Amino acid sequence: MSRMHITLTVNGEERELLAEPRELLIHVLREKLGLTGPHIGCDTSHCGACTVEMNGRSVKACTVFAAQADGAEITTIEGLGSPDGLHVLQQAFREHHGLQCGFCTPGMITRAHRLLQENPDPTEEEVRFGMAGNLCRCTGYQNIVKAILAAAEEMNTVKEAAE
Amino acid sequence: MIPASFEYHRPTNLEAALATLKEFGDDARVLAGGHSLIPMMKLRMAAVEHLVDLQAIADLKGIAIDGGTVRIGAMTTQHELIAHQGLAQAAPIIREAALQIADPQVRYMGTVGGNVANGDPGNDMPGLMQCLDATYTLAGPDGTREVKARAFYEAAYMTAREDDEILTAIGFEATGGGWAYEKQKRKIGDYATAAAAVILQKDGGVCSGASIAMTNLADTPVWAAEAGEALVGTACEPDAVGRAVEAMLARIEPTEDNRGPVEFKRHVAGVILRRAIERAWSRA
Ligand SMILES: Cc1cc2nc3c(=O)[nH]c(=O)nc-3n(C[C@H](O)[C@H](O)[C@H](O)COP(=O)(O)OP(=O)(O)OC[C@H]3O[C@@H](n4cnc5c(N)ncnc54)[C@H](O)[C@@H]3O)c2cc1C
Ligand code: FES
Ligand code: FES
Repeated sequence: MSRMHITLTVNGEERELLAEPRELLIHVLREKLGLTGPHIGCDTSHCGACTVEMNGRSVKACTVFAAQADGAEITTIEGLGSPDGLHVLQQAFREHHGLQCGFCTPGMITRAHRLLQENPDPTEEEVRFGMAGNLCRCTGYQNIVKAILAAAEEMNTVKEAAE
Repeated sequence: MIPASFEYHRPTNLEAALATLKEFGDDARVLAGGHSLIPMMKLRMAAVEHLVDLQAIADLKGIAIDGGTVRIGAMTTQHELIAHQGLAQAAPIIREAALQIADPQVRYMGTVGGNVANGDPGNDMPGLMQCLDATYTLAGPDGTREVKARAFYEAAYMTAREDDEILTAIGFEATGGGWAYEKQKRKIGDYATAAAAVILQKDGGVCSGASIAMTNLADTPVWAAEAGEALVGTACEPDAVGRAVEAMLARIEPTEDNRGPVEFKRHVAGVILRRAIERAWSRA
């Protein structure tokens, strides 16, 4: 089957590539663009390890065809922070022990980032409900929730100071 | 898991989408949010040679509310249903149900049109739309027609929609009254073991109208007129609720699967329906 010409804006940078329509966004990101932050956990739309942001929505990249994403703006964990400049959420996950093996973490943080854009001052319950599409086999979630609440507070303090 | 090859189409208007469906007949299928279809394609339980993505057709999006008349475009996502203030006022049961579907990521992609057109007995929106007495608009090569949600579902994955038709919108008259969408599931992101959609009208302390539908307890949603009639003229006291539950239990046909044996499902159905009626009555 013929390949398609696909254009994506990934982490602010325009990328062009050829892909078969049946290729999934997660494979294109990991294998064609070298962005191995988003992981493949279940490959059945349940675990959220593959979560990226697409046009302002958190999506499971294992359940989106590359063809569907043609023309979209994508943000992955690589676009949020870097080893020398961690994002507030990454910092908070580190400080609050929000990870153990780290497999779920890129999806967790990318999803939490979107959640805080939509609801900058969530309650604990809202964090739990908003993160319900992301599974973690290690932490028991308590510290993930703590980290997200701490990051929200930090982001709000920075915002207030700027105003 | 990689699905079989297909050709991808992204028409920008309904006419072009219908023309593509007509051209490729059985080999073509529309793609909405993809969160039922893509998992099936990945498991190779569905094979599609021509996938017609509806995402670029602006006419299929949006929610319009005119007095009590509500019209929801097929490509409106569950996330958009939840966020819409006007809809939360006109038909709060939709928000209550949508919040119990899947998880946030799925709700950003999954559409109301895909949910009702899919025909999976596990989908929550078909029963909800039967409760609301909604009408589906179907566009085909020979124009559009309307089908009542209560007449749309024939068997699992079999609906009144022809292969070359696209479901464009869902419409209904908001009736007000008390409402509840109650769902028993094993965990977040699971389909219902049993779910109930209930809308009740109250006039001078007495129930003056009732609409009751249940989900995932037969190979289609079950809207039972006689369950509603058991409540009309009563104050929804326990005896009357018991009669409504009995009437519904006579209509459901659950089968044993990984959510439990038949006896358990019938028990859960009764508990869920009783809770839904009580909550709807308390809001009427
Ligand atoms: C982890 C997970 C959990 C889920 N849990 C639930 C749940 O609890 N309750 C629930 O109800 N759903 C659940 N779903 C399903 C989800 O809500 C789907 O999004 C929905 O069933 C289908 O909508 P879609 O837009 O994704 O449709 P698609 O997957 O794109 O399409 C589904 C089918 O409908 C057809 N179709 C789509 N749109 C149209 C149209 N406009 N006209 C004609 N045919 C059309 C397609 O050809 C396809 O056959 C879950 C999904 C996942 C992945
Ligand atoms: S890998 Fe996509 S949801 Fe698990
Ligand atoms: S830290 Fe190991 S899965 Fe979450």
